[in-house]
Amino acid sequence: MKTTGLKTLAAGLLLTLGLTGIASCSANASASTAGTTAAAGAGEPANTKVVYRTLDEIKASGTVNIGVFSDKNPFGYVDENGEYQGYDVYFAERIGKDLGVNINYVSTEAASRVEYLETGKVDIVLANFTVTEERAQKVDFALPYMNVALGVVSPDSRIIKSLDEIGADDQVIVISGTTAETYLAANNPDIKLQKYDTYANAKNAFENGSGVAWANDNTEVIAFALQNKGYTVGIPELGSQDTIAPAVSKGNETLLNWLNDEIRALGSENFFHADYEATLVDTYGLDYENSLVVEGGVTK
Amino acid sequence: MWGIEVIFKGKNFLRLLGGLGTALEISATAVLISIPLGIILGVLMAGKNPVIKAILRVYLDFIRIMPQLVLLFLVFFGTTKAWGWDLSGEVSSVIVFSMWGAAEMSDLVRGSLAAIPKHQYESAQSLGFTPIQTKMYIIIPQTIRRLIPLSINLITRMIKTTSLVLMIGVVEVLKVSQQIIEANRMTAPDAAFGVYLFVFVLYFIACFIPSIFARKLEKKWS
Repeated sequence: MKTTGLKTLAAGLLLTLGLTGIASCSANASASTAGTTAAAGAGEPANTKVVYRTLDEIKASGTVNIGVFSDKNPFGYVDENGEYQGYDVYFAERIGKDLGVNINYVSTEAASRVEYLETGKVDIVLANFTVTEERAQKVDFALPYMNVALGVVSPDSRIIKSLDEIGADDQVIVISGTTAETYLAANNPDIKLQKYDTYANAKNAFENGSGVAWANDNTEVIAFALQNKGYTVGIPELGSQDTIAPAVSKGNETLLNWLNDEIRALGSENFFHADYEATLVDTYGLDYENSLVVEGGVTK
Repeated sequence: MWGIEVIFKGKNFLRLLGGLGTALEISATAVLISIPLGIILGVLMAGKNPVIKAILRVYLDFIRIMPQLVLLFLVFFGTTKAWGWDLSGEVSSVIVFSMWGAAEMSDLVRGSLAAIPKHQYESAQSLGFTPIQTKMYIIIPQTIRRLIPLSINLITRMIKTTSLVLMIGVVEVLKVSQQIIEANRMTAPDAAFGVYLFVFVLYFIACFIPSIFARKLEKKWS
């Protein structure tokens, strides 16, 4: 404990001095002409560097870094003993077992999932990650393991059944970096969005009546309405049916292929149905099992 | 009541204290780095070299204008993208808080030095003090006395702002509290109030101790 503290102190001190130097350098540069500023600011392009670890490198290191949510019950959360749990984590545990390595869980936020993969700070993101075209340009998605659409939940006092019912002064709560935010901004630009960085903050704001409705993945809003009296999912399916899949850094083919083979192989033992029954059944009941679970990477 | 019982479920209480420990370790390390660094930079800023003053001014404004969250992302993700450094969330946080603390501290030191009236220097000179003696016996003691409440304010601000480091994957006290609230959202849906109340008490204690210490010091030196 003491040594790590000292190490952090030493590393922090050195790097602060270093960065202070860099900051002053760039300050110098910006004070001079525009031409030199551009020259000083241009680092090497990021995409020439390999940021990710290959399958063999992960196996050799003995640890896989998996980015999961730590406050999104029942997909990824931490129980009272400090252990990660949930639908995504159940799968992550299996990945660790089949890779034969330990798992280092990294607590990620919705808004920073892409960045974590772009910088190789995690090997795999298993954080309820909806596959979108925009994201697929920055990260590589493996085969899906769950279905999802968007949904809108609102208080019983004023149930919103269609987006047309949202008035000019009304605000809709979304979480930054989620599909709901992108969809509403692109398709309904007139709707005022109230954005929150974390799931917990968005939930608190909605419960305190800061917005007329909360738009999120339909699994989230169904679960929310089932658990909280006084709220109803007025719009259960909005936009296109999407899937949730693991993601790896762009170009990490060895790991991507391994994950795809793993998901196909797990289909033969109905792994994700077992996962649903272990982690999601308390939240959604058995009614949603077949519509939510994607087995063996095959969507219907 | 108010969901306070979830705090004592399993290891939750220890996890919250551990989270507070992480927050305090980051802020304390940053304080240890930024206070001395800030004093040096502040003395330089109060000095006569116009080039150094201009550079420090730009540095201070850069740090002030940038939201701390942007700085955290810049250091945590940006350094990996630009130079391939793999800094941990904790080290990134210490760097950002040290850079920020040093900038703010330097401005406090500059301000405190500038606030010493000119006649103090002149009176010291007429009493036969050398410039070094003037600084040692007259200027520095007065500056330090002015600086104590200001730097305690800065330290408590740093402790409170550590709540942002959860965005770069550091699990500190606020993140632990959100995890606890979410893990219990079915069994104790009203836990948010109780858990946040407890976190408020933790932050209060963490920020109150330095201010008691500062008040004692102020009394002793006045």
